[in-house]
Amino acid sequence: MSRIRDNYENSRCLKIKKWIDGEVDLLASGVEIEAPEEAKEAALPESDLPNPAWQPGMRRPKAAKRRRRNRDGRDIRYFRRIYQLMSVFLCLAIIFILLWTVSYLPAFGNAGNPDNNEVSARYIESGLQETGAVNIVTGMILDYRAFDTFGESCVLFIASCCVLVLLRIDAADGDARARKRLREADDRVFEPKNDVILQRCACVMVPLIMVFGIYIILNGHLSPGGGFSGGAVLGSGLILYLNAFGFKETERFFTEKVYRRVTLSALTFYCLAKSYSFFTGANHLHSGIPLGTPGAILSSGLILPLNICVGLVVACTMYAFYTLFRKGGM
Amino acid sequence: MRFFEMILLLSLIVCAVSVGLTKDLLTSIVIFMSYSLIMCVIWVLLQSPDLAITEAAVGAGVTSILFFVTLKKIRAIRREGRHEQDKG
Repeated sequence: MSRIRDNYENSRCLKIKKWIDGEVDLLASGVEIEAPEEAKEAALPESDLPNPAWQPGMRRPKAAKRRRRNRDGRDIRYFRRIYQLMSVFLCLAIIFILLWTVSYLPAFGNAGNPDNNEVSARYIESGLQETGAVNIVTGMILDYRAFDTFGESCVLFIASCCVLVLLRIDAADGDARARKRLREADDRVFEPKNDVILQRCACVMVPLIMVFGIYIILNGHLSPGGGFSGGAVLGSGLILYLNAFGFKETERFFTEKVYRRVTLSALTFYCLAKSYSFFTGANHLHSGIPLGTPGAILSSGLILPLNICVGLVVACTMYAFYTLFRKGGM
Repeated sequence: MRFFEMILLLSLIVCAVSVGLTKDLLTSIVIFMSYSLIMCVIWVLLQSPDLAITEAAVGAGVTSILFFVTLKKIRAIRREGRHEQDKG
């Protein structure tokens, strides 16, 4: 960026001038992955093509000639210029509208703000007695608003399911195509395995990361953190372990079956436990869950098991994302 | 402390702009990682260490690794020799 260019042809100023004139597309030239020529042709909209059974390899001389004539024509160039100007205008308009909206918001930290109402006062005043959690944030998200957190865990689970649907390669049927795709997807064959530096570092780091993650999850109701943070740390540790030692080592304890069982049982336990506590709470029944003394590790009722559930779901999801991206399966 | 916060916020803006302006995808992901790290320090300064832990683990760790793996899959990480050949 700081390089000094002495020739005017390559200068940024000329490029911007050309871009405004609609002669070149900066984005098209800057993209690193160039699609092959046939794929580019196929990507162009072909609504006027009468033949529905068109294959990418076939030649279409007439349509190509017409498109070339249109590309040279002035109307396309005018359209592109208007298009680019409109995109800049749209960006500026959105920035202006958002800043305008922000200017109408009340001042930060003002005592008379609408968010400073009886709900937060109740949380702060009687949160410790009602939830038993010293960490007020965890008390809020896993007791008062536990259903939101359940929805978030489900969102994570659904996201990993979507990645599973998109990236999973099913080799169970054993036909040659699936095996070929599996071999193509597994790009670990070409990279250095058993890297000594990485393995030694992982030997030191992974236990520390794991213990730290477990600490964050178990102390979620006492100190900052909770299920999501601890689960993310655990998942990162698992990924580091996998990178250092390969799939063979992690598959000794973490397979797809383990993933399915852990995630499903954690989500089911969360759902049942919170349904029970919401049912009893809404009907003014005594739930029978002891809150314990605030500050002890075994306290605050359901928050500790719920934290463990959320942490397990998050850690499994992170690990599953990585393995699915890596080789299309667990 | 005020000065330190200003530096952090400024570098946040610089990172955010330069992610969009770099042409090399690998470089932009590394800048994105540093954005997440700066954001993590800012969360600590804003007295929410739980968010800082999450940001460091998810933003700087897992997301960037997934980006790297994706770049590798679509073969956008070019080797050094071939890169120079393309230039020359």
